Amino acid sequence: MALNDKDRRLLHALQDGLPLVPRPYAAVAEAVGLSEADVVARLARLADEGVVKRFGVVVRHRELGYRANAMTVWDVPDEAVAATGRRLAELDFVTLCYRRPRRLPDWPYNLFAMIHGRDRASVLRLVEQATEVAGLAGHPRAILFSRRGFKQRGARYLGQPARPEPALAG
Amino acid sequence: MHEIDAVDRRIINELQGGFPLSPRPYAEAAERLEMDEGELIERLQRLLDDGVLTRFGPMYHAERMGGGLTLAAMQVPEDRFEAVAEQVNAHPEVAHNYARDHVLNMWFVVATDRPDAIGETLKAIAAETGLEVFDMPKLREFFVGLRFEA
Repeated sequence: MALNDKDRRLLHALQDGLPLVPRPYAAVAEAVGLSEADVVARLARLADEGVVKRFGVVVRHRELGYRANAMTVWDVPDEAVAATGRRLAELDFVTLCYRRPRRLPDWPYNLFAMIHGRDRASVLRLVEQATEVAGLAGHPRAILFSRRGFKQRGARYLGQPARPEPALAG
Repeated sequence: MHEIDAVDRRIINELQGGFPLSPRPYAEAAERLEMDEGELIERLQRLLDDGVLTRFGPMYHAERMGGGLTLAAMQVPEDRFEAVAEQVNAHPEVAHNYARDHVLNMWFVVATDRPDAIGETLKAIAAETGLEVFDMPKLREFFVGLRFEA
């Protein structure tokens, strides 16, 4: 599926968010020179194709009281990583879960899960719970708490700032 | 900033995905939330103004838009941390950058409008800082569903 020029114009117009007016798709349509019906149909197609991953609120975790986050990583045998990753992703406190390459010898870990909690102690409890539920006991592990974020802003896909999801772990 | 109340929490919990694609989407969503359209729009505006929400709208999938996306890490000497953070963050392709507790202590997301630009950006950062940059693109994403309980 290739994006055409009209798709790009539409996505570009929406990258800072949907207008907060009663007929937002009509407002966007006017801005990009399409009809309201075309905007709605295109967004439905782009969602079907997975270009639009999700459509709704993007929260700032800290403002909701989730003050600690840990990128938790494990070294899992390659043949087990798919099943283990799926089990981790089912846990409701895991907000992102990816398989990534090891970078030996500096970095032996291949399974990444982002875990948010109210504070460090609760994050550590959740990590233990995840370890147990996903059968990860005994696998080498590291818990990388964030000390601070330096930059929280959009990325560029369309020549101008857009805001992708995986906000924290790409 | 206002305190977040129970109605705000319901909005945040209910509107994490699947926003209606219909001519009056706020009215439709408001009905599900048992409020009126005007109140929903007003509350979303306030949550954005207060910084509880960073945005309201569609989230894009970088690779499916034809772009590149990766997570990169570096081992930065503590006494150079601020200076290196500035060098890294000066690249517009760097979307997020976090200091983390590990030997690899700087982790940042790079997003570009074409896949080749990822390597170019990481190479430039390595050259400018004299530090090795570890590229850790996702090999597979495990779907976590839509969640963030407010």
